[in-house]
Amino acid sequence: MAANTEDFVIVGAQNSEANEHISKPALSFWQDAWRRLKLNKLAVISLWFLVFILGFALVSNFFVTQNKANAFDSDNVGKYKNLPPNSGLPIPGWNGKLKEPGATDTTDPYKNNNVKENFILGTDNLGRSLGKRVIVGLRISLLVAISATFIDLLIGVTYGVFSGWKGGWVDVVMQRIIEILSSVPNLIVVTMFGLLLGNGVTSIIIAIAITGWLSMARQVRNMTLSLKERDYVLAAKSLGESSTKIAIKHLIPNMAGTIIVQIMMTVPSAIMFEAVLSAINLGVKPPTASLGSLISDAQSMLQFYPYQVLIPSGVLVLISLAFILLGDGLRDAFDPRASED
Amino acid sequence: MSNPILRVENLHVNFNTYAGTVQAIRDVSFDLNQGETLAIVGESGSGKSVTTKTLMGLNAKNAVIPENSRLLFKDKNLLELSEEEWQHVRGNEIAMIFQDPMTSLDPTMKIGQQIAEPLIKHQELSEKDALARALELMKGVGIPNAEEHINDYPHQWSGGMRQRAVIAIALAADPEILIADEPTTALDVTIQAQILNLMKQLQKQSNSSIIFITHDLGVVAGMADRVAVMYAGKIVEYGTVDEIFFNPQHPYTWGLLNSMPTTDTAEGSLQAIPGTPPDLLEPPLGDAFAPRNSYALAIDSKEEPPFFKISDTHYAATWLLDERAPKVTPPEQILKRWARWEEIQGQEA
Amino acid sequence: MTEETPKKLVELNDLQLYFNKGKANEVRAIDHVSFDIYEGEVFGLVGESGSGKTTIGRTILKLYEPNDGTITFDGEDVTKLKGKQLSNFRKDAQMIFQDPQASLNGRMKVRDIIAEGIDINHLAKSKSERNAKVQDLLDLVGLNKDHATRYPHEFSGGQRQRIGIARALAVDPKFIIADEPISALDVSIQAQVVNLMKELQKRHSLTYLFIAHDLSMVKYISDRIGVMHWGKLLEIGTSDAVYNHPLHPYTKSLLSAIPVPDPEAESLRQHIDYDTTIETDGKERSMIEVNPGHFVLATPEEAELYKQQQK
Repeated sequence: MAANTEDFVIVGAQNSEANEHISKPALSFWQDAWRRLKLNKLAVISLWFLVFILGFALVSNFFVTQNKANAFDSDNVGKYKNLPPNSGLPIPGWNGKLKEPGATDTTDPYKNNNVKENFILGTDNLGRSLGKRVIVGLRISLLVAISATFIDLLIGVTYGVFSGWKGGWVDVVMQRIIEILSSVPNLIVVTMFGLLLGNGVTSIIIAIAITGWLSMARQVRNMTLSLKERDYVLAAKSLGESSTKIAIKHLIPNMAGTIIVQIMMTVPSAIMFEAVLSAINLGVKPPTASLGSLISDAQSMLQFYPYQVLIPSGVLVLISLAFILLGDGLRDAFDPRASED
Repeated sequence: MSNPILRVENLHVNFNTYAGTVQAIRDVSFDLNQGETLAIVGESGSGKSVTTKTLMGLNAKNAVIPENSRLLFKDKNLLELSEEEWQHVRGNEIAMIFQDPMTSLDPTMKIGQQIAEPLIKHQELSEKDALARALELMKGVGIPNAEEHINDYPHQWSGGMRQRAVIAIALAADPEILIADEPTTALDVTIQAQILNLMKQLQKQSNSSIIFITHDLGVVAGMADRVAVMYAGKIVEYGTVDEIFFNPQHPYTWGLLNSMPTTDTAEGSLQAIPGTPPDLLEPPLGDAFAPRNSYALAIDSKEEPPFFKISDTHYAATWLLDERAPKVTPPEQILKRWARWEEIQGQEA
Repeated sequence: MTEETPKKLVELNDLQLYFNKGKANEVRAIDHVSFDIYEGEVFGLVGESGSGKTTIGRTILKLYEPNDGTITFDGEDVTKLKGKQLSNFRKDAQMIFQDPQASLNGRMKVRDIIAEGIDINHLAKSKSERNAKVQDLLDLVGLNKDHATRYPHEFSGGQRQRIGIARALAVDPKFIIADEPISALDVSIQAQVVNLMKELQKRHSLTYLFIAHDLSMVKYISDRIGVMHWGKLLEIGTSDAVYNHPLHPYTKSLLSAIPVPDPEAESLRQHIDYDTTIETDGKERSMIEVNPGHFVLATPEEAELYKQQQK
């Protein structure tokens, strides 16, 4: 204690600048969620993967058109068909060589058919580049994903908030409608629209539009029921805020986490739904390719040309997995109680 | 001095968070004697709840306790226990009553079962014996018609009754130390009065020791034998209940006592402590209370005050007690308390 | 306050609100309650959880619809307000909530929370005027300017409650319902908030309905107190009268339960149990003025008894 006497002078309390000081960095909900998401490596990888895929699909519109991917050279089908993936490098399994089932030696179809180009992902049974066809299929899957998201947000959230906020008999009627809709099997809806509009992306999207938002609407309605009793909503009401504004300013931001997680769950199921429909010929019409139709077209040749099934399946699985992993990561990031600190 | 059953020495608890290290407990030491009630008083963020969680070995994973911290219970340092050894101590030798009776009971389990469970687990009683003991305990904590209610579920009971059930669970294994973390804060005042009476009465019967955590000095006055006042992760003053209420020395204790209205608090004389407790991410240099203290000395913001001895049982960490410090006049309400202290001392002499 | 008949700002007349009316689980949240709040006074409403005190506050603010009875605010029937009158009422009557954590939207910055009322009622013409108003309100409740850009979760309980007060004051109300504004706060912070509310009352000539379960703080802040239990108003009088000369057995029980920060007094304090049969025996009871301005819910015989007991 080397204190001198002037240290023992009363200085009194400090001003509010000092005694109300907060030293934690100012973080918004979103910044805080992003900080927690970053701790989850898988989710971050999934996020970048999806961003990359989405960007790639957008850019690809300019150099791989649908027509280009569908067109084939009818004179040279024999020359170009069923060429295996060829990276142009001596990588085993990716060097343009093929081992037929039962055969002892590998063959080199590129050399045998005198093909100059290298098809990185090989060709299909009409000699079309599988790479191009997968890119087109990817675009369709993503289109379905985006429309599912859009419909989820537009119809699901609005319906849910409205039903929960109004309550009473309005809520009862709206919930019964959801139950009726969800009891109609998706396949029947698709078949019906297929008959009306012809098979294709449009009828798939409409089928998803009719049924895809139901679980979102239910979740949002439940959240609304609990949020509308919160004090800050009552405070807004007592300040005279209108119902629409309350929904936009108070309800939706506070369930944004749940909504995003729900979308992350809806999207892979929509993509899978499209693939299944295309696989059973209720989906896109040939020659348009979707990941599902590519898989189903190639399955008869699985034994001979497995890459034709494996490549589109792989893309499908990777995208769905990325959505699911990201959704998991987001759920933890939005709900601090589930994770540490 | 009587023999302490629990000694806490130089306890530090830090939490690692993304924003940095939060120093929740900064060098806390105290003793708990057999059969006494020690109240730890402080506002939220003072570290009182972290102290009890540490005593129960229930801290979050990101808690760091330095090696020189010691929790001595029956010659064992609790901080060195393995998780299995903890499980034996927890509930058996040290039990806890939580603030919210609803969240500390399992809603899907019958209350009788919940009381019997620790008995089956720790004391290896048969289910039948355990349930019989549970019934006794329910009667002991004043649950009317206990026989009829042993198969009830928590939601069928009121808050006060649930807290009685929680107390029965805590008492089931006849623990030596009972930690009560704000056990009545969530209850209505009339229910609070009943629960506090019950706890006092049960303690008389069992001669166990209680650590009572609260922010309500009224409750402390009625329950405690000794009081430790915590602020910003430290004990700032401790003494017997009379010493703290009638001869308080730390300006923070003054502030706490002054911020409760009593029957004779005239209008406009309620004195609040200004400001907000400091963030323990960056604890202030010197006395953490200085920025809110109207009696702060210049040295308070430079050097941390040591404990000054007032009596064998009463210590306070404030530079005001240093011989070089100027003599200050505490607020009027405190002067009244001091006057009462003189009287008590006079009567005893 | 001048002694010549002060103006009644809020009048409750035989107010009733039943939840699940007519069903087996009917709850009489407000059971024939009448009282007045005079302009400029602090009216304390005390009761345990489930007594209906919070429901009364919310019904006055038109957040709940009563089944029967009338609420008059500044001469107008609150239940019939519409359009322009309703939005004026929304400016005049405001609320401070119990749980400062739950009453602030965690997704909004403090500035936007406080400015909500300013935005709704278009009280600021420009962004800079809005910011200046928020700044003034922050000063008023003792917070710093850098707090405006932070989010609620970064604040302590007492600071959050002051943000809630600033939000209510933003529309310059006449009447504030404080619904247990301090019960979620630490004792030391309770005094801070109560003192702030008192100071604001003087500066802005506010009228308060102060709802709480803690009689000691209510006594300190209120001019008059009403005691509620099970949806009924049992006793009403000046805070000194209710606190020092309680009439109803429930009030006596409630008062005897308050812990005092004094070990000597605590060792002597005896909690008086309350016999609820006095409310359930089915006898006809009405508010009887036992002393001037001091009413109790009783039968005429009971009132006579209470009168004798206090001597």
